[in-house]
Amino acid sequence: MTAAVTFQNVSRHFGTVRAVDDVDLEIVPGEFFAMLGPSGSGKTTCLRLIAGFEQPTAGHIEIFGETAEGVPPYRRNVNTVFQDYALFPHLNVVENVAYGLMVRGVGKAERRKVAEEALELVQLPGYGARRPGQLSGGQRQRVALARALVNKPKVLLLDEPLGALDLKLREQMQEELKALQKRLAITFVFVTHDQGEALSMADRIAVFNEGRIMQTGSPEEIYQRPQSRFVADFVGSSNVLPPAFVERHAGQKRWASLRPESVRIGNGADGVTTGTVVACNFLGASTRIAVEVEGLRLHAVLPASQPAPAEGETVSLSWEPAQLHLMDEAP
Amino acid sequence: MNSPAAVSTNAILPGRGGLFGQLADVLWRRPGLLLLIMLAPPVLWLGVIYLGSLFALLAQSFFSIDEFSGLINYELTLKTYGELFRPSNMDIILRSVSMAAVVTLAAAIVAFPIAYYAARYARGKWKALFYLGAMLPLWSSYLVKVYAWKLILAKEGILTWLFTKLHLMWLLELVLAIPVIGGNSLSVSYTGTFLVFLYVWLPFMILPTQAALERVPVNLIEASSDLGAAPGQTFRTVLLPLALPGMVAGSIFTFSLTLGDYIIPQIVGSSRLFIGQAVYAQQGTAGNIPLAAAFTVVPIVIMGFYLWGAKRLGAFDAL
Repeated sequence: MTAAVTFQNVSRHFGTVRAVDDVDLEIVPGEFFAMLGPSGSGKTTCLRLIAGFEQPTAGHIEIFGETAEGVPPYRRNVNTVFQDYALFPHLNVVENVAYGLMVRGVGKAERRKVAEEALELVQLPGYGARRPGQLSGGQRQRVALARALVNKPKVLLLDEPLGALDLKLREQMQEELKALQKRLAITFVFVTHDQGEALSMADRIAVFNEGRIMQTGSPEEIYQRPQSRFVADFVGSSNVLPPAFVERHAGQKRWASLRPESVRIGNGADGVTTGTVVACNFLGASTRIAVEVEGLRLHAVLPASQPAPAEGETVSLSWEPAQLHLMDEAP
Repeated sequence: MNSPAAVSTNAILPGRGGLFGQLADVLWRRPGLLLLIMLAPPVLWLGVIYLGSLFALLAQSFFSIDEFSGLINYELTLKTYGELFRPSNMDIILRSVSMAAVVTLAAAIVAFPIAYYAARYARGKWKALFYLGAMLPLWSSYLVKVYAWKLILAKEGILTWLFTKLHLMWLLELVLAIPVIGGNSLSVSYTGTFLVFLYVWLPFMILPTQAALERVPVNLIEASSDLGAAPGQTFRTVLLPLALPGMVAGSIFTFSLTLGDYIIPQIVGSSRLFIGQAVYAQQGTAGNIPLAAAFTVVPIVIMGFYLWGAKRLGAFDAL
């Protein structure tokens, strides 16, 4: 099967800055693919390379088997939901949504009908006559989504589309986006710096850092079996254990990761090691506890049902040996 | 904790005291008063001097002149406006309006690429250079510039010399042979008047267009392209509508400045009159203030219609 998007040794340099540095990538048709990384990690540049706003300095890009280098954005059947929506301020909502059809020469009545359908799809029926300026952030986001979907793109690119929304709305949109993607069976490529968002929505995730892909895999793989310190730390803020510590407790001189929720806290001396509680943060459903252990700060997450230790208390820590995940990164 | 002496330990700080301190407190409590103080001088200026003189002008245009005695008859009448419709006066109005329209159109076409470059690509030093280049003509005397242009356009002038050197005199002669816009030399033709108007008013078109283009976010251009619009379509459906308010603002300058100017057509051009010259002649040598006033009302009415039309066409929708 042809991949939806293929990157072969793709680089994009801006002067001396290597925004994207020798990236290989394969996105499967119909999947929800997330590009996750901190700001400046090259994920947005990768998205812009797919959209055609940037051209690679080196390497080869294919979209559904066809060479993409040198092809302008308007000849790619790929559409983008922009981070700040980029709605046309001089057009009303339905004209915005129908824009892609208008420039393709679809008749007025026909494109109006399709645009209204698209607005219904994003649950904004009857908003057609309004101006983008009269809409809330969440509504603008939906209009941007409808506008990008109206052309029936082969790949839909989403550049941190939920970044500007408040938490409640963001969670709602996450669910809707996921459901929409399942229903339409379009390949979604989603850029985000929010690991929670990537883990909950994506079929597969590529974790970016400094212009390179650190790891690609399913959310479970990325979360449970990070291959490097960066991935362990960035995705779900794992405890990263140095080789000396791992050698003492697991017998191998390797970097390892340990999820905070895998750490059990007791008050006897029956644990793997003991430490001093330095901070307790109540998070609602759970309590996040920082413990100083062997000169290291480890985090543990306790369910709210369990009594939290006091700061300064000495506690014992333990974990299932299988939960200590050894990483590939060289010690 | 040590604090600098100026940091108070009170929850509410004492008043600063003094006239300005008290004034600041009063104005803070009554923002309306501050607004009044700020607006009173300009409103008085606009209301009394500007609108007052405009009203005086309007009133004059409804008086008439006694053709035998040359005295002004202070009875309200539309007779003076009727005089505007004489063929010789209509000629002047049509000539001025056509010239203003052509100058405005040409200025918009010439200004757009310059403004686009300045708004999209020029950064730092190049941007400063752009502003300098656009504004420089405004710093030197208008008269000097016009006379300089006369030297360039004259029969024995620089342009003729250049065309001769390039063996292109036939081209210049071809242009001068065209009826109406041609003539004996560029400096005594409408083409010459047009070129000087275009040069003198161009900055007034470039700057507002550049300001409007600067406000168009880059991602709108990208979004348009992303949705399948070829560059020409993006230009027509996104860039131009969003730049239009700026271009209309610029066109108000170029159009009304051309309509009212009386020096350029006098120095460079055929000796046929433009509105400005007609006003100058009527209020001066002819002593016919009412007709001069009526002539002056013409550009005001035309600009009114122009703005109304521009609004109807949606030129200000993107504001």
